[in-house]
Amino acid sequence: MSEPEILLEVKNLKKHFPIYRGVFKRIVGYVKAVDGVSFTIRSGETVGLVGESGCGKTTVGRMVMGAYRPTSGEIWFKPPNGEPPVDLASVDSRRMKALRPHIQMVFQDPFASLNPRMTIREIIAEPLVVNKIARGKELERRVRESIEMVGLQTHHLSRYPHAFSGGQRQRISIARAMGLFPSLVVADEPTSALDVSVQAQIVNLALDIQSRFGLAYLFISHDLGLIRHFSSRVVVMYVGHVMEYAPAESLFKRPRHPYTEALLSNVPTTRPNLLGRKIILRGEPADPANPPPGCPFHTRCLYVQDICREVMPSLEEIEPEHKSACHFAGTLDLTGCDALGCVL
Amino acid sequence: MVPALVVEDLRVYFFLEQGVVRAVDGVTFSLAPGRTLGIVGESGSGKSVIGQSILRIVPPPGRIVGGKILLRVDDGDGSPQQIDVTKLHPNSRQARSIRGRQVAMIFQEPMNSFSPVHTVGSQIVEALMLHAQVRYDEARDRAVEMLRRVGIPQPEIRIDAYPHQLSGGMRQRAMIAMALVCNPKILIADEPTTALDVTIQAQILELLKSLQKEFGMAVLFISHNLGVIAEICHDVMVVYFGKVMETAPVETLFRNPIHPYTKALLKSVPGIDTPVRHHLATIEGTLPEPHANIAGCPFFGRCTVCTDGVVCSDEPYELAKVADDHFVACPQVCFIA
Ligand SMILES: Nc1ncnc2c1ncn2[C@@H]1O[C@H](COP(=O)(O)OP(=O)(O)OP(=O)(O)O)[C@@H](O)[C@H]1O
Ligand SMILES: Nc1ncnc2c1ncn2[C@@H]1O[C@H](COP(=O)(O)OP(=O)(O)OP(=O)(O)O)[C@@H](O)[C@H]1O
Ligand SMILES: [Mg+2]
Ligand SMILES: [Mg+2]
Repeated sequence: MSEPEILLEVKNLKKHFPIYRGVFKRIVGYVKAVDGVSFTIRSGETVGLVGESGCGKTTVGRMVMGAYRPTSGEIWFKPPNGEPPVDLASVDSRRMKALRPHIQMVFQDPFASLNPRMTIREIIAEPLVVNKIARGKELERRVRESIEMVGLQTHHLSRYPHAFSGGQRQRISIARAMGLFPSLVVADEPTSALDVSVQAQIVNLALDIQSRFGLAYLFISHDLGLIRHFSSRVVVMYVGHVMEYAPAESLFKRPRHPYTEALLSNVPTTRPNLLGRKIILRGEPADPANPPPGCPFHTRCLYVQDICREVMPSLEEIEPEHKSACHFAGTLDLTGCDALGCVL
Repeated sequence: MVPALVVEDLRVYFFLEQGVVRAVDGVTFSLAPGRTLGIVGESGSGKSVIGQSILRIVPPPGRIVGGKILLRVDDGDGSPQQIDVTKLHPNSRQARSIRGRQVAMIFQEPMNSFSPVHTVGSQIVEALMLHAQVRYDEARDRAVEMLRRVGIPQPEIRIDAYPHQLSGGMRQRAMIAMALVCNPKILIADEPTTALDVTIQAQILELLKSLQKEFGMAVLFISHNLGVIAEICHDVMVVYFGKVMETAPVETLFRNPIHPYTKALLKSVPGIDTPVRHHLATIEGTLPEPHANIAGCPFFGRCTVCTDGVVCSDEPYELAKVADDHFVACPQVCFIA
């Protein structure tokens, strides 16, 4: 079986936000929110993106969908019409406008992301109108198709967002994103505000849409159980850098980076007999405005050696497809889910 | 021992044009000092409103229409008293002093609890000066220390940041720091770790446990994350449509859940035996219409166990004891257990 084609290829992506001080708004430094991130997404697959809060996940998502211009790096995107890949980081704004419908984003907060003064019909129609994709009868047909696709009914279309629960609102944001038949959806913690039964409905919906339309997801979440359930490959970030990038199965079975090991060991479990096996990280999390020299994780790493304090490790392939940015990735015997017995 | 908090038959209704929403409809529980009670349940089941009632900050058109909320207050001479906060005026001096000193809340939406025009630090310092009656310098030192304990990098610098300059997870931690800094007797934590990665989350849970040991803090912990509930709580209460469905010690609830709603909830989480990229178990249907007034079991209609509908929709709601500390409100419970 040949692998599906590459849909998105991110190369050495960076985003540095200036820090201003004083009345003259002088730039006194930079928050290196994303500092050299590379990964690829194939057509129709789900890539999970996990990492510490503040490590740059949302910023990566926003650059991919064109909301932030990268400080440097490349974002190669393959348009669905058979044209050659385009670098979204350097493309002019006219071209970007034409490409934008193919990449959509679903946000974390189903309460803040829908305009309260628009009806559901207007909310779903807006991107179709703005991108001049449909109007009149065709527009109405597309809107109805989208709302039904997410398991709501056409009589919901004339209501306003406040009349819906959190789970229903998240369905509406998905309907809005799906209406354009994107080939990539960036889903930024799409279920973290929802209870587990609604979360399960949304996950099932996302899986169904994926198998029907073959779209790909960049799925950002703190929930490693969901990441494992949903993703074929996983990117683990820490303070603007990729620490590990691997097929989900291999990553959960045998992590190759100490930060991933710590993450897995800290997944909360409903099995009380498995408590107490956590790797408690000491030390301060690194600050992206003032990252430490060497490996960004060295201040909290259990296995730290002198070299880690001085030299930043590069992301290397340890076994086929499994990459890690750790000087000792090949020699450390790290514990994965099976041995930790975590419920994942 | 006098519990830190006793809630008896609490009823909180929202009087809307379209009808009455019975957000909390006869909830009873008690919480001892040094203990943590978890509250889980579907979105819209009344969890946050329970917390708001204890602080007396239920927004209009919501009102406490029945029940008691007895708060333990320790006098100087060491004999604890109970005051019923439902009897207080929400803006009275006593109610305000309870909010600052006795009971603190970590809110579900961090943006709502910080003013956007003041730095995070100034808001924590102000709370300390007001409630702990300490001078500015000491308050600032304590604020920095608390920000450090919740894992904010470089707290001496971040203390001067405005809320929008922090990432979602940092804001949440700053709010946790603000709630904990005055050593409350009771902490209401409403989804406190949703924006945090698991390593920081573990650190916060450890911090809560250690403050609990140190000061005997009682915690009401609201969360959708069942793993977190399992790790931090001593007891768990499952609510549905404003009513308690099941309450039990934590191990019992996860090992031997009885109510069909509890069981369904536990099944919707992907587990080790869930085949990856397959459908997760869901609960068919939705909560009843918010204005509905349901006499029988509110889970009736979605429950897969209940085939004999007559019993479930007609029996009055009742929380029955099935074992020590284990209570279940299911008309079918004797058949299931
Ligand atoms: N517009 C901005 N201006 C300045 N700094 C920013 C901006 N947006 C993000 N940052 C900073 O960039 C870093 C990364 O933020 P980002 O929101 O991408 O993190 P995240 O991984 O999504 O975190 P979380 O899990 O908490 O949502 C943080 O230190 C944040 O404070
Ligand atoms: N300000 C308000 N005005 C009208 N109704 C309200 C208000 N606040 C809450 N309600 C209603 O009260 C019920 C309980 O809401 P509550 O916020 O306590 O739910 P919750 O269990 O905390 O849900 P979630 O898990 O989504 O946070 C809901 O039906 C909600 O619509
Ligand atoms: Mg984010
Ligand atoms: Mg709530």
